[in-house]
Amino acid sequence: MRALTWQGKHDVRVETVPDPQLVNPRDAIIRITSTAICGSDLHLYDHTIPGMKHGDILGHEFMGEVMEVGAGNKKLRVGQRVVVPFVIACGNCFFCRKQQFAACDNSNPADKSDPSEFAYGYPMAAAFGYSHLTGGYSGGQAEFVRVPYSDVGPLVIPEGIDDDKVLFLSDILPTGWMAAVNCDIEPGDVVAVWGCGPVGLFAIQSAFLLGAHRVIAIDHHPRRLQLARSLGAEVLDFEEVKVREALAEMTGGIGPDACIDAVGMESHGLTPDNILDHVKVATFLATDRVHALRQVILATRKGGRVSIPGVYGGIADKFPIGALMEKGLQIKSGQTHVQKFMPQLLEMILDGKIDTTFLISHHLDLEEAAEGYKNFKEKQNEYTKVVLKPRFTRH
Amino acid sequence: MVKRSSREIHSDAPPSAARDPNPAAAGLSFDPDDPGDLLGRTVTINAPRQALYAFWRDFRNLPLFMDNIESVQVFDERRSHWKVKGPAGSTVEWNSLINEDVPGQVIGWISEEGAEVPNSGRIEFRDTSNGRGTQVTVNIVYDPPAGKLGKAVAKLFGREPNIQARQDLRRFKQLMETGEIPTSQLPETRGEPR
Repeated sequence: MRALTWQGKHDVRVETVPDPQLVNPRDAIIRITSTAICGSDLHLYDHTIPGMKHGDILGHEFMGEVMEVGAGNKKLRVGQRVVVPFVIACGNCFFCRKQQFAACDNSNPADKSDPSEFAYGYPMAAAFGYSHLTGGYSGGQAEFVRVPYSDVGPLVIPEGIDDDKVLFLSDILPTGWMAAVNCDIEPGDVVAVWGCGPVGLFAIQSAFLLGAHRVIAIDHHPRRLQLARSLGAEVLDFEEVKVREALAEMTGGIGPDACIDAVGMESHGLTPDNILDHVKVATFLATDRVHALRQVILATRKGGRVSIPGVYGGIADKFPIGALMEKGLQIKSGQTHVQKFMPQLLEMILDGKIDTTFLISHHLDLEEAAEGYKNFKEKQNEYTKVVLKPRFTRH
Repeated sequence: MVKRSSREIHSDAPPSAARDPNPAAAGLSFDPDDPGDLLGRTVTINAPRQALYAFWRDFRNLPLFMDNIESVQVFDERRSHWKVKGPAGSTVEWNSLINEDVPGQVIGWISEEGAEVPNSGRIEFRDTSNGRGTQVTVNIVYDPPAGKLGKAVAKLFGREPNIQARQDLRRFKQLMETGEIPTSQLPETRGEPR
């Protein structure tokens, strides 16, 4: 089959690789009909997440048709259309039973789980196409993919619904939703969202659906800010205004009740702390640049809530722990418990309460994936979301 | 650090979590003067205690989730023969004797006299008081000989013995909870280190 493989920093290529096979009884093989490039794929593209190997197949946002089902899966049937969550979860462990699917205790193979246990204290769950820290499973930017524990993750989609309407159930829609849920929004709340990429935009949409009074969005790409505005948010271009001051003024000196960091470790900005972060990352004195998160913590009102869907992997330098403690902030974070939120979000899509298609700027052939990565990274204003379509020419 | 013998211990943690793990404290010791190395690990498995005990008690099941074991031949209720991968394609073998067996609760074993690598282990199954399934604690003590064989032993229990024990127990949990052992290895490379 054809698949997008990782070859090194800023080097991804579509190559011919062996087709996936059923390995375990609960596996399924999915023929991919649509797959997207995620902002977090850029962390792998930039090689800021360790644990990548040459030839790894990327991609954790995908959907398709069930081609083969293992004998241990009594739920899926060949021919069904499914969206697959990026998190792989067994459904049996303590964490899955608490619906903390992104904390699944079993999906990360034993030979892969030591590094994350050393780094984080406990081994992380597995994800598709996202380094050997989270399992080393082949991803879905390919013609076919093997889905482990396929009786737990894949969500069956009714006939007659376009891929574009449901594809983002795999990651960014539930991620934006959980980011807003983690804000514990109360009536009258003002929510500020850093980063108007896909997750930030879906967080804005979700915050309104969950009852936010106002949402203020922060970015510097005009097109992305325009999309935020079209969802009902007020917008701030951080190249034009001082963000903390602007948020304080716009909230009458109180500050936003809840703030969402939908930026993660790739934050931009020409402030001294960010420049210092760049130097330290380049010299391995720190691993994560946390400029956006520092600003989030300073901007949040006293007693407010901070939600972090943005991806971090390592250790932060100059973290404002004093502001966090003295202001009495609550922080919620984490990879998304996709399986928990998918069914209700699918209902909302079918009811017309959520539309995700506005986000898609480009449909590309899978063969053009490398170009898609390059442009999604370098032309963030124009490339808001890239959806890839495999061609299914047999090789 | 104060030597463990000269100091009363007040912590409630199991012996394997000690800064200086003492096999005697885990009920496993060959020689009080040279107690060997203790490996210990506890996991919570969402499965009934009796079922976990029964699966483990049939030693022929162990190679399913213990990577370095080639085979276990069961002679009778108490005695078995273990064949384990050694360095450079070699194998290390010994006879093992069950020296403790409380159905549904504990299995203990010890290598018979004359084993190249004297070793002993104990696995305990306990119901959790908060309804989270069964807590399984494995303790293994082994007496690594010096020199060339010492290297073989390091290999025998994995390059880092603690890592090997941890991964084996993780595979046991995965198999018992989900009915399968997850792997991301591709078919053409399976069985070989990637």
